[in-house]
Amino acid sequence: MRRNAKLNSHTILLLITIVLFAVLYAGGCIAYASKGFTHLQTFLNILITNAGLICVTCGLTVVMLTAGIDISVGALIAMDCMILAVGMRAGMNAVVMVLIVLVIGVLFGMFQGFLVGYLEIQPFIVTMAGMFFCRGMTAVICTEQVSITQQSSELFYKWANTKINIPFGGYINSKGKYLVPYVRPGVIVALLLLVFTFFMLRHTKLGRAFYAIGGNAQSAAMMGLNVKKVKMSAYMLSSIFCSIGAICYCLNTMAGSVSQALGLEMDAISSAVIGGTLLTGGVGNVIGSFFGVLINGTISSIVKTNGKLASSWPNILTAALLFVFIVIQSVFAMLRNRKK
Amino acid sequence: MSKRSLWSKLKGWSLFLPVVSLLLVMAVNIIHDISVGANPFSFFMITLRETTGNGTILYGRIIDILNRGSEVAILAIGMTLVVSSSAGTDISVGSVMSLCASFCCMLLAGYGVSSTSTLAVPLIVGILAGIAMGAVCGMFNGTLVAYFGIQPMVATLILFSAARAIGLLLCNDLIVYVRNGTFGIFGGYLGIIPTPVVIVAICILVIGLLLRKTALGMYVQSVGINARASRIAGLNSKRIIFLTYLICGLLAGIAGIVASSRITSADSNNIGLYFEMDAILAVALGGNSLGGGKFNLAGSIIGAYTIQAITTTLYALGVSSTQAPVFKAVIVILIVAIQAPPLQAYFKKRSAAKQVKGAA
Amino acid sequence: MDNNVVLTARGITMTFPGVKALEKVDFTLRKGEIHALMGENGAGKSTLIKCLTGINDFEAGEIHVDGISGPVKNHSTKDAQEVGISTVYQEVNLCPNLSVAENLFIGREPMTKFHTVDRKSYVKRAQKIMDELGISVDVTQNLENYSLAIQQMVAIARAVDMECKVLILDEPTSSLDDEEVEKLFTLMRSLRDKGVGIVFVTHFLEQVYAVCDRITVLRDGQLVGEFPIAELPRVKLVAAMMGKNLDDLAEIQKESTADVSKNPLEISAKGLSHTGTIKPFDLDIHKGEVVGVAGLLGSGRSEMARAIYGADRASTGTLSVDGKEVRIGQPIDAMNLGMGMLPDDRKAEGIIADLSVRENIILALQAKKGMFKKLSRAKQEEIAARYIDLVQIKTADQETLVKQLSGGNQQKVILARWLATDPDFLILDEPTRGIDVGTKSEIQKMIVKLAGEGKSILFISSEIAEMLRTCNRMAIMRDGQKVGELDHDLTQENVMKAIAGGGETHE
Repeated sequence: MRRNAKLNSHTILLLITIVLFAVLYAGGCIAYASKGFTHLQTFLNILITNAGLICVTCGLTVVMLTAGIDISVGALIAMDCMILAVGMRAGMNAVVMVLIVLVIGVLFGMFQGFLVGYLEIQPFIVTMAGMFFCRGMTAVICTEQVSITQQSSELFYKWANTKINIPFGGYINSKGKYLVPYVRPGVIVALLLLVFTFFMLRHTKLGRAFYAIGGNAQSAAMMGLNVKKVKMSAYMLSSIFCSIGAICYCLNTMAGSVSQALGLEMDAISSAVIGGTLLTGGVGNVIGSFFGVLINGTISSIVKTNGKLASSWPNILTAALLFVFIVIQSVFAMLRNRKK
Repeated sequence: MSKRSLWSKLKGWSLFLPVVSLLLVMAVNIIHDISVGANPFSFFMITLRETTGNGTILYGRIIDILNRGSEVAILAIGMTLVVSSSAGTDISVGSVMSLCASFCCMLLAGYGVSSTSTLAVPLIVGILAGIAMGAVCGMFNGTLVAYFGIQPMVATLILFSAARAIGLLLCNDLIVYVRNGTFGIFGGYLGIIPTPVVIVAICILVIGLLLRKTALGMYVQSVGINARASRIAGLNSKRIIFLTYLICGLLAGIAGIVASSRITSADSNNIGLYFEMDAILAVALGGNSLGGGKFNLAGSIIGAYTIQAITTTLYALGVSSTQAPVFKAVIVILIVAIQAPPLQAYFKKRSAAKQVKGAA
Repeated sequence: MDNNVVLTARGITMTFPGVKALEKVDFTLRKGEIHALMGENGAGKSTLIKCLTGINDFEAGEIHVDGISGPVKNHSTKDAQEVGISTVYQEVNLCPNLSVAENLFIGREPMTKFHTVDRKSYVKRAQKIMDELGISVDVTQNLENYSLAIQQMVAIARAVDMECKVLILDEPTSSLDDEEVEKLFTLMRSLRDKGVGIVFVTHFLEQVYAVCDRITVLRDGQLVGEFPIAELPRVKLVAAMMGKNLDDLAEIQKESTADVSKNPLEISAKGLSHTGTIKPFDLDIHKGEVVGVAGLLGSGRSEMARAIYGADRASTGTLSVDGKEVRIGQPIDAMNLGMGMLPDDRKAEGIIADLSVRENIILALQAKKGMFKKLSRAKQEEIAARYIDLVQIKTADQETLVKQLSGGNQQKVILARWLATDPDFLILDEPTRGIDVGTKSEIQKMIVKLAGEGKSILFISSEIAEMLRTCNRMAIMRDGQKVGELDHDLTQENVMKAIAGGGETHE
């Protein structure tokens, strides 16, 4: 029996993630202090840019906890954005369009969940088809880029341009003007979703069932859990969260286009993995995934602030981190097996 | 009774699924041609045609499908082996294609040069280096899957996101054009025949010989069916899995060169985009189980051309290239849903019940 | 129903395609007893348990549970739990990534008024349960932080808290060390005193006599009998399990008589072991000698062979082949030294189900030759034809998939696979299981013939009689170690006594 068992390999991985974020951010602050990296707004901008990604990653974390995967999320965002843009261009009310997108998320997730949970088809194949479908549907709806303008929806335009001010952390710029730090509504939505997911995973029957199924699906079934239903719920949550994320994403881009959010699923997966979620299921939490997104965001932000580095560096660095974390996870798993 | 046994025999034929799909696509074409009042067999017509760029070449829809389906056919060969040995898919192939193309063009043009007509290194060096890069990527994937025991999809996810980006970096964020007639030959024409078709034929020949003349084919299937039993019988399961990923990477390199030569440039962002999905689909369409084990290379190759035929047909029907994935998605779901164990069990139960009824 | 009885099963019958797994088996469990369920492989123990717990649907018979009127028919483990039957398996069926407390309560968590899981209350209850059972754990820790023994006790605690009347323990001790086993026994005894009926399945004879009150023996799907522990000494238990009555043991004619003890050594193992499965052992095998390995399933008989062959890499000790010390990292190394092994688990480690009979036969020979020296198709067909004929495999043709053959013929295919490599030393782990009598004697004759050609053979079998007929010498295995050898007076009675151990010989 180990007394200090609290500090197990999973907590270590989460700690590594948080420390890594702190080091990266501190590094950015030191290197680019002159370019304003130290201002609170830089951090808030990371949140604003990645609000949609945070929502998606929350959902994906849930799916990964059940030892599944959902690569349809990027394409679903594109489809949702397109529906929002086209709908509002046609004069629909923003609230109605948001509701429609959420309903689509529920139905789409239900279908994917049914195929994975009840028909026992590999999640990768199911969601790959889902990705094809959504990406193609986006083009079926409209092949051109559709912008959301003030004319198409007053309300949506207002949401997108709302600034929520933060009472501290402001600074005076070179022209002597005091700048108040702010976030956009999308950030609030994303953070609320994050808190919701955290509590759902920790304190509800369904949340614990996700962990149980990822830990050992057979045991979970023997202990009386309905594995099929729980799996289906995971994919439904993922698609719903993704649709919420799509709204946040759309508030940033104010447009719908076929090539939107290309490869976003991989950003979300790597964020979750870097945050300590095991692809084999049963281990991880959204706090880690949140830090995973922040790490990705910080890398992009540093590369952007530098201005001279090639645009492909964030991808390479994220992949390198992913590599390190996957190998660490596999070594931990090997050590554990050897002990047995 | 005899009719039914013929049907079940046909259903048992290993190429049943891919051939039926291909026939269906052809049927759609013929119906379409009739409905628009064209020659019903124009789909099969092959003619010689004069062009300004390439001289006299073969022309026809079938030639077009064979030509444009080349990259996916090459990838499908490697993907078949990977799926068979490791019951997983290599999702990095499209990205690796892009990296190999970029590496090759970067060497040929020199670093930082965006357009050149004179080659910095001999053509053969650039080509071989590009293919070697594919092999290196394959070895990286193979090491993670075979020796670190990481799920194939996860292991190949790393290069999926990194390879394309590294290629972009090698090209200094530019689209590198190699405007040299000899480089364009791999995606152009060899006499009257499209070169990619010849390259596919060579790949099939080489891999086919490798599978026929060595015991590799049996090893791969044996490991894929039962890795534990294979080990007891003296096979080095890990090394064989590694080898399949190596071959898959190598072929991705070749496919990358072909794709790059077609447009005589390295367009990192677009070369090989979504090709991994097509390759996996080709394997599934070829009647191979994505759960590993027995494989059918001919099926995968027919599968690859079927996908191209579907794409070409959709274009002919006026569906745009961005909309085509919807149909692919429906096809994928239909294929895997029919194979799904719970549905199979249900069908079996029903046919058993029917038989009991028939007996009574 | 007898007041004291918690569970009765009457006339349970269950058939799998082609096999009668259980035939009219009766089983009775009383309150507050630990009841051993014994039998060799294929005796029907696990099938019976699966019938009780609702995993298998039995065809005929009735199950009655105390306190429930009418026969009980379970369709899932959940049904079984609801009538009070819980099972704890060797492979712990819990979630290692959840805390101990959660594992106790998942699926039936107490809820707060906000419809969230009431963690505080179940942690408290979990700690109370564990304290009451005398298991010292911190219930907020993840299950994977604790040893397998503790994990098993948590599984038992879960069952107990769900008010089970019948607790089935299916080989819970297989991977525990002595100290852990003792802890488990303490827990079992205290549950017995609380009135729980416990069914205990194990391969370890010592443990049966240490903790059980009663024994039910099954053999070939049929009930041999139910005995109070005092009336069934070890030797009789072994005899009952193996299907021989000690009183009418006829002397079996031995087929091999040649003295091989002067021949040079083929295999010599010194202190070889594999952590967790087999304790260090010494074993010498001469050229032309057939050495039998006698012991019950789980006694370490297969594990000894696996350590020699490199199927499980040896953790300690040295191995010499033909007088030279060798290192074996994996099976191919052993094969290159002239070894071959027919494993006992035909499905998992023997056949390559989706390959043809031909491919299955030439696989090992091909592996030995290497990938680039492929046997030509004509050569393959010639070899396959020769061995199909030699070991008389009944198959439509060479290209039939091996999974379509009967079990006995699959076994012959694997035998053919190894004969084709022309080995000097062949390990045969249960080569005759599930094979008809005629074929059995053919295989036995073949073993003797191979030995006559100077090959050495390690022969593992549950049937002592067939080993007596073929072996020059026998190694005796018990509870994960080699406990001795018999090289003279090879009789069924002597071997059984040696397997049973404990020195009991009384009638």
